Amino acid sequence: MAHAHESNVKRIWMVFGLLSIVTIIEVAFGIVKPDVLHLTSFLGTSPLNWIFIILTLVKAYYITWTFMHMEGEKKWFRRSVVWTAVFLICYLVTLLLIEGGYLFETLAPLVRW
Amino acid sequence: MEANIAIPTESKDTWNGGGTKPFGASYGKMMMWFFIVSDALTFSGFLAAYGLTRFKFIDSWPIADEVFTHIPFVHGEYPMYYVAFMTFILIFSSVTMVLAVDAGHKMQKSKVAWYMFATIIGGLIFVGSQAWEWNTFIKGSYGAIKTTDGKILQFVKDGHQIALSDFVVGERTDDRVQHTRQNGLWFEKEATISKYSVAQVVNAYKANPDIQVRTELIDLEKKQKTTLSREEGLDYLARGKMVVEGANLKVNEYGNTIFADFFFFITGFHGFHVFSGIVINIIIFFNVILGTYERRGHYEMVEKVGLYWHFVDLVWVFVFTFFYLV
Repeated sequence: MAHAHESNVKRIWMVFGLLSIVTIIEVAFGIVKPDVLHLTSFLGTSPLNWIFIILTLVKAYYITWTFMHMEGEKKWFRRSVVWTAVFLICYLVTLLLIEGGYLFETLAPLVRW
Repeated sequence: MEANIAIPTESKDTWNGGGTKPFGASYGKMMMWFFIVSDALTFSGFLAAYGLTRFKFIDSWPIADEVFTHIPFVHGEYPMYYVAFMTFILIFSSVTMVLAVDAGHKMQKSKVAWYMFATIIGGLIFVGSQAWEWNTFIKGSYGAIKTTDGKILQFVKDGHQIALSDFVVGERTDDRVQHTRQNGLWFEKEATISKYSVAQVVNAYKANPDIQVRTELIDLEKKQKTTLSREEGLDYLARGKMVVEGANLKVNEYGNTIFADFFFFITGFHGFHVFSGIVINIIIFFNVILGTYERRGHYEMVEKVGLYWHFVDLVWVFVFTFFYLV
């Protein structure tokens, strides 16, 4: 235990504060839903959705890096986990969302409202 | 960087499975990480399937704010707050977990035990909250009519959705009685029959000129459900097949049935992860109290269950976003 005396307690509470603030921002946006962000479109969805997705990724980063201590692992161990997961998830999500959009375009005209 | 590896000394290999550790991580910790990768892919599969289905029905998907609107003991509509509370509980239990791991590095047995205890309590509150959320969702809050072509019709007054019981009066008049096992020729019962009949709801609609019908179709300009005129509403109601109250795997008063299916499946699968996390945490908690890890010389097991617990939190962050926010 080279640095056993070192405590991460302060950093843990800092990250907790950060995650809380991010969650509060998300919830506030989710309740208010400003029309400028909600009813406009940017890169395929509303800017509000992009904010939610980015904030989610920020939270995921802090949970993985600090709480799960990824920052302390060896570089290639970290990469074997993170790159694998990120690549496969991006791949899967891209294909399935494109397929979903195609299904909508094909099936929606057949639905009578 | 060595500081973060729980057993850096050569003499304390957990299973004595060889002195060399690939990536400087112990066998158990590395396998926990690889398990987490595979589990993350399972969850991504579910969420991506949810995304596909949502894109497929993008013009009629239920709006989360109109589905999850309740807080325990409080009347009225407050979307987001309850699920935000659940998110906080889970993040906070993640914090106590990481504090337990931190105390473990310093070999502070009682601190580890107390933080583990707090983590377990947090997990129980979360699972309890989720049970309440399910119960509310299954019971439903407004009731709706399902048409012969599978569409859901809801009722609004002054722009706000109202419950069937707000405008339909009296008991069922078609003498429909719940069929139970004991009075059947065969040992089977039927699903719960609704409080009102379709005809009763249609009559109440005709009698109340200020009530309108709302369909699932989303006005993509305003991102709101379409409210029909009185005459159109009557046309739609003529196709009414059944009264739907609440949601299950077959019908869903909030809109697309598959929305309910995904809700049950994804939050259920996550809830089951939380549940198993609690069980594992309890086992480790007792091991801590019994001094197992004190004797072993390190608290790496706490670190490993910690990884699992944080992963459960991580998944919730995504479920929260894609079910309630986006």
